[in-house]
Amino acid sequence: MYFGKLKEAKGVVHINESWCKGCGFCVNYCPTKVLVLSKDYNAKGYHPPQVQDAELCRDCKFCELICPEFAIYVSPAPSDGDEDKETHGA
Amino acid sequence: MNVNANANFAQDNPMSQFLRMERMPHIWCPGCGIGTVVTAFAEAVKKSGLDLDKIAIVSGIGCTGRTAGYVKLDSFHSTHGRAIPLATGLKLANPEMKVVVFSGDGDLTSIGGNHFIHAARRNMDITVVCVNNFTYGMTGGQMTPTTPHTANASTTPYGNYEYPFSLPFLADACGATYIARWTSLHARQISGSIKEALNHKGFSFVEVIAPCTTLYQRRNRLGDGLDALEYYQNDAEIAHGLDTRQVDIDYQGKIKVGKFVEKQKPTYLDNVNQHYAQVIGDEYELYGKTTPEKEAEAKAKAESAAKGAV
Ligand SMILES: Cc1ncc(C[n+]2csc(CCOP(=O)(O)OP(=O)(O)O)c2C)c(N)n1
Ligand code: SF4
Ligand code: SF4
Ligand code: SF4
Ligand SMILES: [Mg+2]
Repeated sequence: MYFGKLKEAKGVVHINESWCKGCGFCVNYCPTKVLVLSKDYNAKGYHPPQVQDAELCRDCKFCELICPEFAIYVSPAPSDGDEDKETHGA
Repeated sequence: MNVNANANFAQDNPMSQFLRMERMPHIWCPGCGIGTVVTAFAEAVKKSGLDLDKIAIVSGIGCTGRTAGYVKLDSFHSTHGRAIPLATGLKLANPEMKVVVFSGDGDLTSIGGNHFIHAARRNMDITVVCVNNFTYGMTGGQMTPTTPHTANASTTPYGNYEYPFSLPFLADACGATYIARWTSLHARQISGSIKEALNHKGFSFVEVIAPCTTLYQRRNRLGDGLDALEYYQNDAEIAHGLDTRQVDIDYQGKIKVGKFVEKQKPTYLDNVNQHYAQVIGDEYELYGKTTPEKEAEAKAKAESAAKGAV
């Protein structure tokens, strides 16, 4: 498939370990397997997620939506500027 | 590296616009589904473009009912079962408000069951979001009207021998004009349906099947939150428009999800106005009009009268 110079979206994952209750929803349902549960414990004794492969994050925000603790969100990665801009409806 | 240990996590989190971040972490158990539904709700409010000052959230009592205390919108944590009457009062006193009830299956359909059926019957213009975890979570896992037949609860330790309510069918039979159901795994779809429900005129109902890990899951030896989501992933079937007589849920059986009903019908307030305008005539002052609406109407009336005179 040809997408011009359009690049895949990239996201930056932000995790608040102290709010996390280790349910694993974000890890399990990330479509590109960006996250794993850490071996470390947070103060409450849960294993928070950690980023295993940051390059794989597509900024889909499903982890952000499914997390019952509001403990993870994703922001778009700053672009390196040479991709075509997507235009919506213009 | 694309990872941030963000010191301003609470403020920078996109949810901070909708939630009282200073109250986090919340009280819900690990793997409980309520938090996901709250996020989906906030997402829906964001996408709806509604004025945040014109939305009010009303909850009853229960784990789900705690939502009222976490949202950064006008909210009322009412008494057990009475979220819908409070919401009805709010709506009638201030028809410009979007009034949303956010509560649990026990609260809305057991002690609050009567209010639920009558608000649906009247096509009261409110949105009801029900987190259905098949149990009274907050008080220790008792059976509710939605607990599936044979499921274990603290009040049915040998399994539930009653017939459960199928909430979409109940709402439909009573006259609700928008009805959707999802599971808490369908986070995006919940958000889409709540957005539609918010924009719907009339009684809109969104049911979300969600895990109560500590009581329902544990008592029934069904594992944790992830096991619940896996069950939803395997056994939820999207069936938009399906006849609500066919959407009941057997214990660990198939869960039909989707938008089952969407239709237009005059709301309670429409009917009040139409009826009194008819029986009282011009003397009757329409109820629930905003001042600009009243002025615009008077102007239109004067203009058409002037036209008629020519
Ligand atoms: C009048 C009254 N009766 C009983 C209770 C006890 N009570 C508190 S929460 C609750 C059940 C809540 O169940 P549900 O609405 O399903 O919410 P969940 O905790 O499962 O989210 C009950 C019976 C009460 N608070 N007030
Ligand atoms: S935004 Fe999507 S791709 Fe990125 S970590 Fe979250 S779920 Fe995975
Ligand atoms: S979904 Fe949220 S609470 Fe669950 S493991 Fe991920 S960050 Fe922690
Ligand atoms: S008791 Fe059940 S419904 Fe209540 S917070 Fe815990 S898991 Fe959620
Ligand atoms: Mg419940």
